[in-house]
Amino acid sequence: MSVSTCPSESVSAALDAQDRAIILATQAGLPLVPDPWSAVGEPLGLAGEEVRVRMQRMQESGIIRRIAAVPNHYRLGYLANGMTVWDVDDAEIERLGRAVAALPGVSHCYRRPRHLPDWPYNLFAMLHGRTHAEVEAQADELRELLGSACRDHRILYSSRILKKTGLRLAGRSDRQR
Amino acid sequence: MLSIDLAGWLPMVSLDAQDRCLIDAYQRGLPICERPYAAMAERLGVSEEEVVERLQRLQSLEVLSRVGPVFDHARAGASLLGAVAVPPEQRDAAAAVINRCPGVNHNYAREHRYNLWFVMTAADEAQLEARLDALEAELGEPLLRLPMLEGFHIDLGFPIPWAELEGA
Repeated sequence: MSVSTCPSESVSAALDAQDRAIILATQAGLPLVPDPWSAVGEPLGLAGEEVRVRMQRMQESGIIRRIAAVPNHYRLGYLANGMTVWDVDDAEIERLGRAVAALPGVSHCYRRPRHLPDWPYNLFAMLHGRTHAEVEAQADELRELLGSACRDHRILYSSRILKKTGLRLAGRSDRQR
Repeated sequence: MLSIDLAGWLPMVSLDAQDRCLIDAYQRGLPICERPYAAMAERLGVSEEEVVERLQRLQSLEVLSRVGPVFDHARAGASLLGAVAVPPEQRDAAAAVINRCPGVNHNYAREHRYNLWFVMTAADEAQLEARLDALEAELGEPLLRLPMLEGFHIDLGFPIPWAELEGA
């Protein structure tokens, strides 16, 4: 399991201009041609091999999580996505966060800050199911796993997707929009 | 043949065994070699051309959102989960304001007092703060700012229970 702390520390500084150009060129997907690396590299003035090696390096450093055929779970029938939020004892969150992340159906699991008194929840787990009932069954499982370390929780269903795109790496200026 | 009907608002998608094999085998990662689609074809016992055509079709049907890299937003720059509570009748207008904002790549309406949830990205922390401050001023409502403190997820996708879906 990969556990990362303090996300935006130094790693992004390790990206050079060519890495950033590759990110911009591939964030919507790789070209579906026999040699996608050369197709990405050509307009950037990079050899295909250079693109491939750089992407591999970004994967090793964790900037790229995976290079894959990314399914659209929504399209496959996973219509219910529930963002579950939990108020978990800080002393236990490290151990329990890892346990929650390992459950099937949990796609993302993060610790985030509380904003008291309004927002007491410090553990976020994204659950996916075909129905609300499926998501609720998963949430029950989580509740059981967290036990007495959990004081309160909520399930926030998405009622509408208003925008969803892959990463859009912005330049230093905002002029592209 | 697998048919999935999504609440009637998307056309029926038909996936055959080969499509399922492709998704199962490669949702966690492609072979990162010179000719990735040829390597996949060899493993599946089909031609490179067929792999490319299937991927194109699955992408155009939106069964695959893309074939390519999944970036860790946080590591490729700065990012933050934000939320705002707006009166229901102002929700769509507020959502439009958020969507126009540079750096926003997800925006969901959720059933809670905090009813709009979005991911804001930027090149660095300073730009992120500036964008959030500007958005907060435009919305006239305080933003709940929830940076990731720690990520526990594995995020390799999850196995798709084809047999179960067939009955759905």
